[in-house]
Amino acid sequence: MTPAQAKNWDEFMEGIWRQNPVFVMVLGMCPTLAVTVSAVNALSMGLATTFVLIASCFLVSVMRNVIPKEVRIATYIVIIATFVTVVDYVIQAVSLALYDALGAFIQLIVVNCIILGRAEAHASRAAPVPAMINATGMGAGFTIGLLALGVVREILGAGTLFGISLFGASFQPWVIMVLPPGGFFVLGAWLLVFAWWERRKPGADVAEVTQHA
Amino acid sequence: MTATIEIRTAPHIRGPRTVERIMRQVVLSLAPICAFFVYQYGLSAAASLLAVTLACLGTERLFARTGSQSGDISDWSATITGILLALSLPPGFPLWMGAVAGFVAVALGKALFGGIGFNVFNPALVGRAFVQAAFPVSIAAYTPSFLPGRFTEFIPSSLAWPLMMPADNAAWLHAMHLDALAGATPLAKWKFDGVLAGAGELLTSLSGHMAVGPSPLLILVCGAYLALRRYLDWRIPAAILGSAGLTAWILFGFDAVRYPNPFFMLFSGGLILGAVYMATDMATSPVTPRGMWVYGALIGLLTVVIRYYSGLPEGVMYAILIGNAATPLIERITQPTPFGVGEARKARRAGTYPLHPSYISREEAGASAPKKRIFRNKPKRTP
Repeated sequence: MTPAQAKNWDEFMEGIWRQNPVFVMVLGMCPTLAVTVSAVNALSMGLATTFVLIASCFLVSVMRNVIPKEVRIATYIVIIATFVTVVDYVIQAVSLALYDALGAFIQLIVVNCIILGRAEAHASRAAPVPAMINATGMGAGFTIGLLALGVVREILGAGTLFGISLFGASFQPWVIMVLPPGGFFVLGAWLLVFAWWERRKPGADVAEVTQHA
Repeated sequence: MTATIEIRTAPHIRGPRTVERIMRQVVLSLAPICAFFVYQYGLSAAASLLAVTLACLGTERLFARTGSQSGDISDWSATITGILLALSLPPGFPLWMGAVAGFVAVALGKALFGGIGFNVFNPALVGRAFVQAAFPVSIAAYTPSFLPGRFTEFIPSSLAWPLMMPADNAAWLHAMHLDALAGATPLAKWKFDGVLAGAGELLTSLSGHMAVGPSPLLILVCGAYLALRRYLDWRIPAAILGSAGLTAWILFGFDAVRYPNPFFMLFSGGLILGAVYMATDMATSPVTPRGMWVYGALIGLLTVVIRYYSGLPEGVMYAILIGNAATPLIERITQPTPFGVGEARKARRAGTYPLHPSYISREEAGASAPKKRIFRNKPKRTP
C-alpha cells in the first residue's frame, strides 16, 4: 500500500470506526431512533443518507472556491436539498411501502447534521476526491450504525430479519422494541458494548477511552 | 511504643448496621411472604421466584466482574430485587420473561447507575416496567389462587420456551370448570366489570380462587417487624397509605357509585407491597423526615389518580417510579434547619436583633443609597 493509498484508506475508515457518526459522534439521532424499527428501513435510510452525503460533498468541494463565505450555509442547504429531492422521488418510484414507512424522515435528511457537518468541516476545504472518500466512509459508518440498531430491534420486536421469519409463528414479540423507548435502549446497549470493548483493548488506558468517547 | 493513628474521614463511630445486615433482615422478613405466595400458587410461584432471583444474582455478578460498580451479590440487595420483582409479577408469568425482567432490573435499574446506593429508580420496578411495556398481555394474565393440584403441575403459561409465546391459560382453566374471568385481579374486575371484592377476602387473600398477590395483612406484619427494628422508616408507608386512603375517601364521599370504597383501594392490587417494600428502598427515597411525608403523599395520590382516571387498572408501579424521580427535588425543598439557625432567622424576621453600638443609620450618615451591585459576590473595587 502506497502512502497515498494508506491515507485514503485512513480517511475512509475514519467515518466507519474512529469517528462513527452514530456510535462515536452521536449525530443524526432523529432518523437513528425513529426509523430503525426494521432492518430494511434502517438500510434504506442509511443508503439514502449516504447518497446525499457523497453527492453533496462532491458538489460542495467542487464549488468551494466559488461559494462566498457569508452565504455558505445557505448554499450547502440548497445543494443538499437538491439531492434529497432526488432521493425522495426515487424512493417514491421504487417502493411506495418503504416511502410510507420512512415518512417525513426522507425529507428531513436535509437537516441531518452529519451531512451539513461534513460539508462545513471537510468538503469545503478538501479536493473533490478526498472529500468523496471521507463522505463515503461517513455514510457507510452511518449505515452500519442504523443497521446495528435496526437488526436488533427487528429481531426482538418482530422475530424477523429483513422480513424473513426467524423463530416461527409462535414467537413472542417484544412490544417495547418497536416503540421509541426500544430505540433508546438498543442505542444505549450498543454504546455500552463499544465503550466496554474499547476499554478492554490491550494498552488502552482509561484516559484514552474517555477522550474517544 | 507508639499507637498507630489511622487517618480517615467521618463518620468515626461505626454501628453494627451494615448494608449486608439490613439487606439480610429484609430478605428474612420477606421469607414468610414468599412462603405464603408459594402456598397460594404452588409450583409456578416457586419456579418464578427462583428464576427471577437467579437472573438478578447472575446479572449482578456479571456487572460486578466486568464493570466498576460497587457491591456484589454478597450484599443481598440483588436477592431483594429478585424476590420483590417475582412477587409483583403474576405467578404464571413465563419463566424466561421473568429472567428478562430480572436482567433488566439489575442491569438497567442498578448497574448502569454505578451499583448499590447509586440507583435513581427502584431496580425491581424498572424491571417490571420494562416487561410491562414489552409483554403487556402476559403480565396481565393472572390465574386464581388455591387451585387443586397446584403443587403437582405448573400453570401452563410459565413453561413457555424462551422467546416463544406462552400457552393460553383459558383452556386449562376451562378444564377445571373455571371461566377465564376467574383469573382477573380484583382491580381489573372493578375497573372493567364493576365487581367489588369483599374486605376480608382482600385483607387475608385466603378466600378461594381470587387472583391476588401475597396477603396484605402478612406484608403489613412483616413490614411492621422491619419498622420496629428500624430497618425501614415507618413514615413512608404511613404517608402512602394515608394519602391514598384520604384521596379515595374524598372521592368516595363525592360519588359512592362511581368510586369504590377507600378500603378496597388500599388493600387491592400491589399498593401494600409497594408502600412497605418498594417505596422504602433507601437509595431511592428521601432521607429528610419531612421529605418522606411529601414523597409518600405524592405516591399515594398518584396511585389513586392513575387507577381511577387512566386506562390501566393498577398504578402503584408508575406512582413509585415518579416518586423516585422526584426524590432529589423533594430532598432539596425539605432540608431541615440546622441547630441555631432557626432562632437567628426568627430574630431577623422580627427585626429585633441588637444594633452594634457604633451603628449609624443611613439617614444619620446623610449618605445616599449605595449603588446597586449586579454581582453580589464580586468584590467591591477600591480606588
